[in-house]
Amino acid sequence: MLKQTEGSKAVAEAIALCRPEVICAYPISPQTHIVEALGEMVKAGNLTPCEFINVESEFAAMSVAIGASAAGARSYTATASQGLLFMVEAVYNAAGLGLPIVMTVANRAIGAPINIWNDHSDSLSQRDSGWMQLFAETNQEAVDLHIQAFRLAEELSMPIMVCMDGFILTHAFERIDIPEQNQVDSYLPPFDPRQVLDPAEPVSIGAMVGPEAFMEVKYLAHAKQMQAIERIPVLAAEFKQIFGRDSGGLIRTYCSEDAETMVIAMGSVLGTIKDTVDEMRAEGHKIGVLGIISYRPFPLEQVREALSSCKRFVVLEKSLAVGMGGIVATDVRMAVTGSGLKGYTAIACLGGRPITRATLHKLFLQAEQELLPPVTFVDLDWEAVNKQLTREQQTRRSGPAAENMLHDKGLISAKFG
Amino acid sequence: MGFQPVKFYQTGTFTIGNRLLEPDERSVQSGQARSNSINSGHRACQGCGEALGARYAIDAAMAESKGQLIAANATGCLEVFSTPYPESSWQLPWIHSLFGNAPAVATGIAAAMKVKGKTEVRVVAQGGDGGTTDIGFGCLSGMFERNDDVLYLCYDNQAYMNTGVQRSSATPPAARTATTMPVGPNPGNAFGQGKNVPEIAMAHGIPYVATATVADLRDLEYKVRRAMKMHGARYIQIFVPCPLGWGTASSDTIRMARLAKESGMFPVFEAEYGEVVGVSKIRHKIPVEEYLQPQKRFAHLFGTNGHPEMVTRMQAIADRNIRKYGLLDEEGC
Repeated sequence: MLKQTEGSKAVAEAIALCRPEVICAYPISPQTHIVEALGEMVKAGNLTPCEFINVESEFAAMSVAIGASAAGARSYTATASQGLLFMVEAVYNAAGLGLPIVMTVANRAIGAPINIWNDHSDSLSQRDSGWMQLFAETNQEAVDLHIQAFRLAEELSMPIMVCMDGFILTHAFERIDIPEQNQVDSYLPPFDPRQVLDPAEPVSIGAMVGPEAFMEVKYLAHAKQMQAIERIPVLAAEFKQIFGRDSGGLIRTYCSEDAETMVIAMGSVLGTIKDTVDEMRAEGHKIGVLGIISYRPFPLEQVREALSSCKRFVVLEKSLAVGMGGIVATDVRMAVTGSGLKGYTAIACLGGRPITRATLHKLFLQAEQELLPPVTFVDLDWEAVNKQLTREQQTRRSGPAAENMLHDKGLISAKFG
Repeated sequence: MGFQPVKFYQTGTFTIGNRLLEPDERSVQSGQARSNSINSGHRACQGCGEALGARYAIDAAMAESKGQLIAANATGCLEVFSTPYPESSWQLPWIHSLFGNAPAVATGIAAAMKVKGKTEVRVVAQGGDGGTTDIGFGCLSGMFERNDDVLYLCYDNQAYMNTGVQRSSATPPAARTATTMPVGPNPGNAFGQGKNVPEIAMAHGIPYVATATVADLRDLEYKVRRAMKMHGARYIQIFVPCPLGWGTASSDTIRMARLAKESGMFPVFEAEYGEVVGVSKIRHKIPVEEYLQPQKRFAHLFGTNGHPEMVTRMQAIADRNIRKYGLLDEEGC
């Protein structure tokens, strides 16, 4: 059913259609609207049977989900940013135990400095946790990916994060097709756990494993993600059959057939990139787009194939591997190893820094002319950075950097004289 | 001569008590139907108080739930010695997730049972004092506050034994641990620190809080069974001496637990909805020296270079417990 609704509300409705049995909620922006909506549904008796638990921390949220999932209940939670980092030990544990928990990550920057706006630093920090990570480009895709995520997670008995850009998607109102219950029911069978805590058939879960089997257990997690590479396109195709639209999959290309320059990104920024590419195509530039939906597992072959006929690529990413450059770019470069392609990394949008078509246009033109440095910090205020670096050279007690820069940029002085 | 109640004091064996008692009054552990929930073959040290406490507590909970029990376990000695892969001592569904999240995992299990309508299946969580009073305390308080249907069992051996005897917030003052060494002018653990988790649990107003020791296993069984008859958040802190960490003889585990109770160092009581409803009285009051002196972790308090002033302070703690909980009968004073 078509609805004009907020991304978070739509995701909450999608989760409810998946018949979750235990939902744990701890508030953190920008995820709050999702669990608030779910809490209301449970309280009103519109989502039943379901236990909605207000926990005392994100660490508890993931831990409650672990217990519930191990006891055979379809379990869901949502988090972001500091919240994801606060639950990290349990995040790894859920994957290690092979529990098919689905979690929305409303992607948000990580402090310090504290910042509530969108980038991908939070979920990318959990790259190696064993969780799969699917990135939604639109709110429609966020809705659809959650439904596919439960199916995939439970098939493989591994947890999945569905990542959607905080505020940009979570708080955006737009037209979304909310699936019908019978569609979701025909796509997503009831949870049939691989392992379950059951007095009728007692098992021990979470034994101590030494060097004799640890590597094998860890390899299994890798094997599961390799299986996911096969299953994700199949599940997307099945999804299309029932729901009638393309959603999900490993990657998605746009204007890539004859593209000499390919732009690679994840999440909602792909919309702005496609608009820019449309403009540049109209001007005669051979430029295309590769959107990565499945960040983990990373579809090396599909990325290599998508880049096989271009001459150069730019990875525009909302994350920074401090001391190195790009996080997604590293994976893309791995995919095209040996191809001789020129690759550029563009770090953008950190902490919610807006990105415009004008900026992208300029960036892509530079890439096309192969004038970009290997790593570009898009729209970085070099004046402010250099001022601070000079200050640190001149003064031992240069003070807190973030506050200095805010001052230099006039934000504090404007307010406080 | 009128009716005279017969008292049976547990003296290390159940044989006498059980033979004279009606079958339904006999201990769970003496019955052939006991579930042996934590089976033999585990790797606990000789004389481990925690293994003993866990066996009695879980078997009692199994008896009360008619075998419909699931356990969540914090990281620690109990977890490590009971499940060296690929073996497991546990004869009930059991999960170990992390050090600090056993109460939350148990909440999740209880929620799953509720949503599936399996109301007969009950949930316990268990951990050592470190996992309970320190790293798992946030999750524990959350579980209490929500009044989740979980019985939490804390096996209190007063330090982090699994990692090599480091101080926890349950370590008593003056005790030597690997991180509170008996050196300097104030040897051992500091006075005036530590966390009284049974009282903090009571402050949450939860249905049931109790303490018990492995010196009185009938009392432990009784408290677990009583807790299992209730719903909501329940907490039992079980005093379990650790021969390795305390420097006591393996054969002295039960004696140490008894001396802790008889000296007043470990008050044994039960409380409902935040109010004490019963205490185990001290039968033969002893000075704290009798409890402290056999333990190597307190050895620096005694002898020529000892610290009698610290022993006096320990006695003051015991006396305060005795006053506060009314541990002595009037005639025993």
